[in-house]
Amino acid sequence: MHTQTVAQLAQGLREKRFSSVELTQHFCSRIEELDPIYNAFITLNKDAALAAAAAADQRLASDNATALTGIPIAHKDIFCTLGLRTSCGSRMLDNFIPPYDATVIKRFNEAGAIILGKTNMDEFAMGSSNENSFYGAVKNPWDQTTVPGGSSGGSAAAVAALLAPAATGTDTGGSIRQPAAFCGITGLKPTYGRVSRLGMVAYASSLDQGGPMAHTALDCALLLNTMAGHDPLDSTSAQDPVQDYTQDLEQPLKGLRIGLPREYFGEGLDPGTGACIQAALQELESQGASLVDINLPNSKLTIPAYYIIAPAEASTNLSRYDGVRYGHRCEDPGDLHDLYTRTREEGFGDEVKRRILVGTYALSAGYYDAYYKKAQQARRLISDNFTAAFEQVDIIAGPTTPGTAFPLGAKSDDPVAMYLEDVYTLAVNLAGLPGISVPAGFVDGKPVGLQLIGRHFAEAQLLNVGHRYQQATDWHQQAPVTGGTL
Amino acid sequence: MAIEQDEIEKIAELARIRIADEQIGDVTRRITEILGMVDQLQAAETDGVEPMANPLDATQRLRVDEVTESDQRDAFQAIAPAVEQGLYLVPKVID
Repeated sequence: MHTQTVAQLAQGLREKRFSSVELTQHFCSRIEELDPIYNAFITLNKDAALAAAAAADQRLASDNATALTGIPIAHKDIFCTLGLRTSCGSRMLDNFIPPYDATVIKRFNEAGAIILGKTNMDEFAMGSSNENSFYGAVKNPWDQTTVPGGSSGGSAAAVAALLAPAATGTDTGGSIRQPAAFCGITGLKPTYGRVSRLGMVAYASSLDQGGPMAHTALDCALLLNTMAGHDPLDSTSAQDPVQDYTQDLEQPLKGLRIGLPREYFGEGLDPGTGACIQAALQELESQGASLVDINLPNSKLTIPAYYIIAPAEASTNLSRYDGVRYGHRCEDPGDLHDLYTRTREEGFGDEVKRRILVGTYALSAGYYDAYYKKAQQARRLISDNFTAAFEQVDIIAGPTTPGTAFPLGAKSDDPVAMYLEDVYTLAVNLAGLPGISVPAGFVDGKPVGLQLIGRHFAEAQLLNVGHRYQQATDWHQQAPVTGGTL
Repeated sequence: MAIEQDEIEKIAELARIRIADEQIGDVTRRITEILGMVDQLQAAETDGVEPMANPLDATQRLRVDEVTESDQRDAFQAIAPAVEQGLYLVPKVID
């Protein structure tokens, strides 16, 4: 059962080849047996998952089942789950049992999906390697000496190791797409505001966006159908209508204009990764798409702008962790100041503290114009580049990452080197665009991701191109743990 | 842009994060590296460019001012470190 996609499992459930209880038990057993190797999960939700699976089986026997009824899904430990610990990878929330469900979780529950467990992640989603987790690093199932990427590293590793058929992630600067690329799976970051942020622990509120991670574009479409939609409880939730994302998957690519930003194929791109991307582009071209060279001249502003805006928003968002209402509190505080400063010293890890300090500095009196305002202006310039490009082309394509998964520990002592890992993914968040990473080959046995970027709310088009590419290739069907294919 | 250790101490105080004496040097060095990287931004020509706060240039939606939530004080306080008679407890702030 673990070698099947969500679409195949849903069919198996409908045809009664297995029950949701059997399916859920199977994945729980795999996690119990194999996750000590990968550390992809922080919390397994076995008992409640089996109870939910029994209810799903009853629903499957009725006529009001959905495409996801009875399907076990792993959730990044950033989505609040009623009664189930939500740590966000931090000591600060190690004891946090949410009194409510995130809207995303609520929607999956209503669809009858099963919460398999909560996946490991960089603390507060800050990181590109999953090494910043209070619960330890995650190992990449393709090569256990390398990182799975981050921050949604646990979700990516869980799907790649066939410990879950699909997972949720969040993407503030590449945190769905980069781990999807490193782990050889498909990951979609929707348009800003497409998926509700309610109950998704906030990192950088103008950039954060939840999305699906799975083996195929089709599976991502099935998950997005449940995740997407207006939420009146999230003031930045988009009100644009949601379509059935499976509807356009088979559309031929004839006439599609694909832009190739020169800035994404230059210095810094590993030649092996570049060769995989060129081969993928040729495949799309052979299906009738045309390739057009474009420029995104303000790309060089992306990393500095992001590393002001995201820390600034983080310093504001994370001020809520004060040791008073929930989460960690230091022992025997002498006074209120001691309570705050020691709680936050103990509760946050090094990278989170760094970003809070950088953000506090950028927002402090006398520096606001030089840093925060300047970064917001650069953000406009970056976004304008995309707007201009989308007058010439329908989608933009390039590598998701400059290279394949790097060794554990290789960059963990050098924050700036780690930041450079996200050079191709950050701009998409700054501009609020949708982006997808699809498996596009291997270099030395390690997966490569092809990134496709679309206009605002063009998720269906990205899924269409990803799906057509996957109809012609089998990279997404490779599995590191079965010695074979899905 | 170099940042002095006493400035890091000031920011840490603003952010209410205690930094142990033996770590302040290392933290200062790391923050200096990060600020050095983001300083590339200063070269950007941004005169007259409207700052972008929301990627869709959306504005805050308003809602009708009516009660939509029920009282869940007990559920919220059940996860608090210290409460008494419905109040959150902190160290004494007034003598």
